[in-house]
Amino acid sequence: MKKLDRKQMAARVARDIPEGAYVNLGIGLPTLVGEYLPKGREIILHSENGILGVGPKPPEGEIDEDLINAGKEPVTLLAGGAYFHHADSFGMIRGRHLDFAILGAFQVSTSGDLANWHTGGADAIPAVGGAMDLAVGAKKVLVMMEHLTKEGSSKIVERCTYPLTGARCVDRIYTDLAVIDVEPDGLHVIETVEGLSFEELQRLTGVPLKRLATAA
Amino acid sequence: MINKIVASAEAALADVPDGATVMIHGFGNAGMPAALIDALIAQGARDLTIVNNNAGNGDAGLAALIRARRVRKILCSFPRQADSWHFDAQYRAGEIELELVPQGTLAERIRAAGAGIGAFYTPTAYGTRLAEGKETRSIGGRDYVLEYPIHADYALIKADRADRWGNLTYRKSARNFGPIMAAAARIAVAQVREIVELGSLDPEAIVTPSIFVQRVVRVAPAMMKAA
Repeated sequence: MKKLDRKQMAARVARDIPEGAYVNLGIGLPTLVGEYLPKGREIILHSENGILGVGPKPPEGEIDEDLINAGKEPVTLLAGGAYFHHADSFGMIRGRHLDFAILGAFQVSTSGDLANWHTGGADAIPAVGGAMDLAVGAKKVLVMMEHLTKEGSSKIVERCTYPLTGARCVDRIYTDLAVIDVEPDGLHVIETVEGLSFEELQRLTGVPLKRLATAA
Repeated sequence: MINKIVASAEAALADVPDGATVMIHGFGNAGMPAALIDALIAQGARDLTIVNNNAGNGDAGLAALIRARRVRKILCSFPRQADSWHFDAQYRAGEIELELVPQGTLAERIRAAGAGIGAFYTPTAYGTRLAEGKETRSIGGRDYVLEYPIHADYALIKADRADRWGNLTYRKSARNFGPIMAAAARIAVAQVREIVELGSLDPEAIVTPSIFVQRVVRVAPAMMKAA
């Protein structure tokens, strides 16, 4: 089977973002999606710190320390972009104005619970940022993560063992092995990577999956 | 004649008492009022409760205030970062109290304080450990958590331009918490790049109206950079 690398995962997610969408990209892997949005589609990126219309990284020498994204990396503003304060920014999120939030995850449960902010370790210093707001607020929550942990166990689980970011909030999971929708009756496999059968994906995942007619 | 312009950052913060709650504007370094934080360190107030999105980066600004052991408690959404070592050390030693608040809830609690709201229900954090022990309510089929406003004695703001009444404009994403913190504090102090004549700020473009601002200090850009 051909596992997707990080860039291929980003490109796969980007393909599903339609013209006109307002989208928040989480820190880390989801940020990469911005580089793969199909040319010619107008998609408006939101950043929690108060930007709509986030543009690409500026060239060296044109960095403005007052213009950064939620990951505190320098960015630019597209024509038509706007700045606003933090309460307005999270009003956009909680008020169901954002079409998509694309988030990383430690675990997603079969009912769409999301765990992505805290390992729960006794000595870990917790930090949550905007993750809980995005999880409950965006119209669609898309998760991007590797399918398996380094030890080979599934990150899609019956019940999250890590502390929750949000309950029943995930709509779709993109992994390096498959695309899976979270539906009221369970997990629907939309597609698998080349060379990976449904049966093998089911074996690796552990929790019950449903095969759609269109999936391999 | 109204004149909120103060001669120096030190003069603007001379009356901060021990035990004060101080909001510090900024998201990372964007909007962080470094000159005011340095003046607060020099002023010496202790046992402060600090409200900021983070818990300091590197060794300057809020990190320096923490290093100087002036902070008893911090309310923030994202304390742990690669360079938050001064906070990390004091937190692990049990020397600083942390109230972790989801970022949108933090912003709305600050906004609520400035807007005279007694409490509000938010869907954020419902069903998570950050809502444990809090009042909840189902409204229209959705579950919410009751959250209370955060009031402050002082807000330290970095803005771009001001006039002598205290009207403020900001620069780009450095606006972040400035407008809501100015409104939530009894005394909002703004360090600004430039002070302009009354009437020369475009009224359509003033982001923080003067009613929310009590003191203004001009800090030369070179000094802002170095800080």
